[in-house]
Amino acid sequence: MEVSTIKQYEETGILSLKDLKLPTDEQLKKGVAIIECVQEIPCDPCVAICPVNAISMKDINDTPKIDFNKCTGCKSCVGICPGLAIFVVKVKDDKAFVTLPYEFLPIPKVGDKVTALNREGKPRGCARIVNVNRTIKTTVVTIEVKKNLAMEIRNIKLD
Amino acid sequence: MTVDDVPNVRTCITPLKENSRVLKQDRIGALSDKKFFDKKRITLNVDIVIVGSGPAGLKAATSAAEQGVTSILLVDENHLIGGQLVKQTHKFFGSEQEKAGTRGIDIAVELMNQVDFCKNIKYMLETTVIGCYNGRKTHKLIAVKRLKDGDQLFEINCKCVIFACGAMENMLAFPGNDLPGVYGAGGVQTLMNVYGVKPGKRVLMVGAGNVGLIVSYQLLQAGVSVDRVIEIMPKIGGYHVHAAKLCRCGVPIYTSHSIKEVYGKGKVEGAIIVTVNDSFQPIPGTEQDVSCDTVCIAVGLTPSIRLLEQIGAKTEFISEAGGHVAIHDLSMQTSIQGVYVAGDSSGIEEASTAMIEGQLAGISAAALLGYDKNADKLKQICRKALEGFRSGPFGLKPKVCKEKIACCWNGGINY
Repeated sequence: MEVSTIKQYEETGILSLKDLKLPTDEQLKKGVAIIECVQEIPCDPCVAICPVNAISMKDINDTPKIDFNKCTGCKSCVGICPGLAIFVVKVKDDKAFVTLPYEFLPIPKVGDKVTALNREGKPRGCARIVNVNRTIKTTVVTIEVKKNLAMEIRNIKLD
Repeated sequence: MTVDDVPNVRTCITPLKENSRVLKQDRIGALSDKKFFDKKRITLNVDIVIVGSGPAGLKAATSAAEQGVTSILLVDENHLIGGQLVKQTHKFFGSEQEKAGTRGIDIAVELMNQVDFCKNIKYMLETTVIGCYNGRKTHKLIAVKRLKDGDQLFEINCKCVIFACGAMENMLAFPGNDLPGVYGAGGVQTLMNVYGVKPGKRVLMVGAGNVGLIVSYQLLQAGVSVDRVIEIMPKIGGYHVHAAKLCRCGVPIYTSHSIKEVYGKGKVEGAIIVTVNDSFQPIPGTEQDVSCDTVCIAVGLTPSIRLLEQIGAKTEFISEAGGHVAIHDLSMQTSIQGVYVAGDSSGIEEASTAMIEGQLAGISAAALLGYDKNADKLKQICRKALEGFRSGPFGLKPKVCKEKIACCWNGGINY
């Protein structure tokens, strides 16, 4: 029987958690960047922008490797990543704060209630906007969701 | 299309005027000589002519200008400088030197400002080069500039010419592909991002390469719904990160799917898609009806090389290049001395590498004319950057393409 070498995400476009390097619960408490960039594409702005050198690459075609101990969760990489593939996740008590790039209009406002979407674009409950950074052209939005959704929510939909 | 008796007009890039007569056209039409009879032609003499003001052409112009070339003429058939850059609203990949993280449109503005700043660069827009001839010492280009009160014919004599003409979109053959509402992805991007016009309400995207994925995302940003993206290959061709952006907006991507037909009365009302097997043959009984008013075709590009063929540059069919391309050396010079090529015209790739190739061509052409400010070292830097872009898995195709071109250049087609 022929063995398929095509990875699931190459067929569907949707990553599963086993494709990613994940932080420990302790690291999630301080807030760290989750880099969802799994292919060797010639791109390295995240390495250049990281103020604490937590992201490294062997060469421009390497996938970015993150050192969760060094990462301070500063969110600089979220807005610069051309692939919109970096998120910052921070867990506090029973809440998770997910910071994501958002390139749609209208731009949400702090306090807005929005629908939280997973990697498939499926609604997974409610989220509250806690921060909106518009200093660069990719708006960077931080939302508050339930803790168990921390590694699942990657987009929002304004109601 | 035929516009005001002029055949072969690309109406998608031609501004509409009052009382324009636009007619459908079957096959290529002959240009009536009468249009240019008894018209005064203007003769221009310049050092370097660059045909095409996209990323490759703009970089070629500014690089040659920096070397000190005294007169450079940039010619483009569009009414805006920047080629495809002006509709690239997404951030570019790459490294800092190649403007990574910057949107294409912002790169276009930056390069336009550089061109304006260089007093030795002049540009002519809405000007189509219709012929080019290779002389012993100079090359002659014939160009038509579209003016409000008729067209003006130009005869341009130059010592070097750089063809950075880009590429044309590929079309697919299926019943209903001539219905209004079936577009090329580039056309949709022009409508949305240049003119601010929505192409429709609900789109079926055909092709999951980077163009298909990026244009789908931009459609969502413009408020147009994208039903799904279909792709005949068993896997997504574009970057996963682009696919992921669509998926998390709820747009599904169906690999191993193709378009069977488009139906509708006078316009697109829906499409039939079908699953394909390992040999890309439709599997009977797997047809699905997709309700949409727009079908967007993003199935690759073919290099535009007609002018290069006319001037007599040696060409070769290279599948990795997307079709026939002009054979060129490491300085982007074709088989004709003083004739250079850069960007998609020399093999389909992307804007970042097109800019570097443009730089290489600009510096090389300048050096040929005796303007040499550290040319060898600069060319070496360009080549190294190109090598970097072409060393990953996504750079494999252009890498093989350029290896085959090098092989042809060296006299053989033994690849």
